[in-house]
Amino acid sequence: MLNSLTISELVARLAKRETSARDVTQACLDQIQRVDGNIHAFLSYDAPDALAQADAADKALASGTSHAQRPLLGVPIALKDVLAVRNQPLGCASKILAKFTSPYDATVVEKLKAAGAIVFGRLNMDEFAMGSSTENSAFVTTRNPWDTARIPGGSSGGSAAAVAADECLATLGSDTGGSIRQPAALCGCVGLKPTYGRVSRYGLVAFASSLDQIGPFTKDIRDAATILNVISGRDERDSTSVPEPVPDYTAALTGNIKGLKIGLPKEYFIGGLDKEVTDAVNAAVKQLEKLGAEIVEISLPHTDYAVAVYYIIATAEASANLARFDGIRYGLRVDGADPIELYSKTRGAGFGPEVKRRIILGTYVLSSGYYDAYYLRAQKVRTLIRQDFLKAFEKVDLVVTPTTPTPAFKAGEKSDDPMQMYLSDIFTISCNLAGIPGVSLPCGFSTNPKLPIGLQLLGKPFGEETLLRAAHAYEQSTAWHKERPKL
Amino acid sequence: MPFSALHFGDALSTLTSMSDFNVKYVAHLARLSLTPEEEQKFGAQLGQVLGYIEKLKEVDVSQVEPTAHAVPLVNVTRPDVVRPSLPNEDALRNAPLKSNGLFVVPKIVE
Repeated sequence: MLNSLTISELVARLAKRETSARDVTQACLDQIQRVDGNIHAFLSYDAPDALAQADAADKALASGTSHAQRPLLGVPIALKDVLAVRNQPLGCASKILAKFTSPYDATVVEKLKAAGAIVFGRLNMDEFAMGSSTENSAFVTTRNPWDTARIPGGSSGGSAAAVAADECLATLGSDTGGSIRQPAALCGCVGLKPTYGRVSRYGLVAFASSLDQIGPFTKDIRDAATILNVISGRDERDSTSVPEPVPDYTAALTGNIKGLKIGLPKEYFIGGLDKEVTDAVNAAVKQLEKLGAEIVEISLPHTDYAVAVYYIIATAEASANLARFDGIRYGLRVDGADPIELYSKTRGAGFGPEVKRRIILGTYVLSSGYYDAYYLRAQKVRTLIRQDFLKAFEKVDLVVTPTTPTPAFKAGEKSDDPMQMYLSDIFTISCNLAGIPGVSLPCGFSTNPKLPIGLQLLGKPFGEETLLRAAHAYEQSTAWHKERPKL
Repeated sequence: MPFSALHFGDALSTLTSMSDFNVKYVAHLARLSLTPEEEQKFGAQLGQVLGYIEKLKEVDVSQVEPTAHAVPLVNVTRPDVVRPSLPNEDALRNAPLKSNGLFVVPKIVE
């Protein structure tokens, strides 16, 4: 089935005219028809627009355009509902943006389209990317394709589930504290968070601006490298994007990791970690060693403070970023007797509980008298967390950890306990605070029920080549990434 | 103890909610109307979160500079030249209320 191909497999077939962009797009739409009533990865999709893009891609292929010129020509890619696509809905799975349509394309969308991708669909997420399960979506909870009683992770749960369920070839999501890597781990696909500054965020609805980064969900590491090639680079419309050269990341996938030093942080392998996750990750570490990597025990001593730092910094930034949703220029408006009442009523009616909790927490930690005690202190501990990594990277090339402490949990299990939900991101948060790149890839399954387990690799700032090289070498020496859920 | 966070259930029982955290006042600062039920629920939940965050007080940060972001750039500027911007109709397309090419807002001055 065309929809279950990887990007590189599809591209090979398109190049040989064995199939067409229209056929693969139709196959994705058919799969969505067949399974999405149970999975709920998509909030909406525009089938006629997707097919029109496919026909344009087929025309370009027929006129001789090659994948060397346009690497994603004819490849269907779906987007988290947080990225702007001109004239398509953009809702952040929130009631406050229920009727919003984008007036422009995000930079990553421009780049995907320029590379020939068929960009379609709005993928479910936790409202404004705040959550770890998609249960905070104002509309629907996405289900894990491996067990529909369970959540797919979050906040980019729809992006992960859509790839795992073969509803499209790849997706984009955003990662502020693990929102790409955690759902990728729980759904059994690849999820890459690039270095902070690697990919422009222009057209990404901001959650926590010092942490947010856009990245791909794919069926294998090579596809993640292909998409990273396309979406990376300096963009003058995002002043935090960095003018660092963009190498060909697929060229880094040599399969050779002999002599690579990989650090095992002792702070990540302590009580509370699920036994099957521990076993799978330990086996993966042995496999990396067998492939020629040198495993070095390291220490990241401030790890235990990461969740606390994150929930100060991320909520503080969110409280400022979400101030724009005031019922004046776009989105929902609920009238009031005066402007203040209009703002309050609009926001009270438009935001869901988790968004409200985080705005309140963020406002509090920034408020007069508490700023130094909470926000400034958190920024200082953030420095220590970043230094932990930079010191570790003097000794090792990469760090390896579990992506999550447990496999996917059941819907409803943590939805009324914000603190327990926050702790499901415990292994992914430090990466965003430090601004380094991280990838999650499949490294095994739990037995009863069968649920995916994710391996996380963390790299040096702008060290995506080494990161992907190691991930690829591991992946190609195992068969985990070829497993698919029965739908 | 590293990763005490994973044993958060134990830590929670020893925490009391923050006495000076007034959810109603902070919600007003954030221009967020809450129902009485939300006030009560969020107050309790955020009291727990704030209790957890207290652990940062253990860290000696007296000699540490704050990190605002991890990007190796400062003072990014561009030439100050006029460029096309979003067309008026695109800027207004999502407005809850508009008239004559403008956003309509509630009366601010009597």
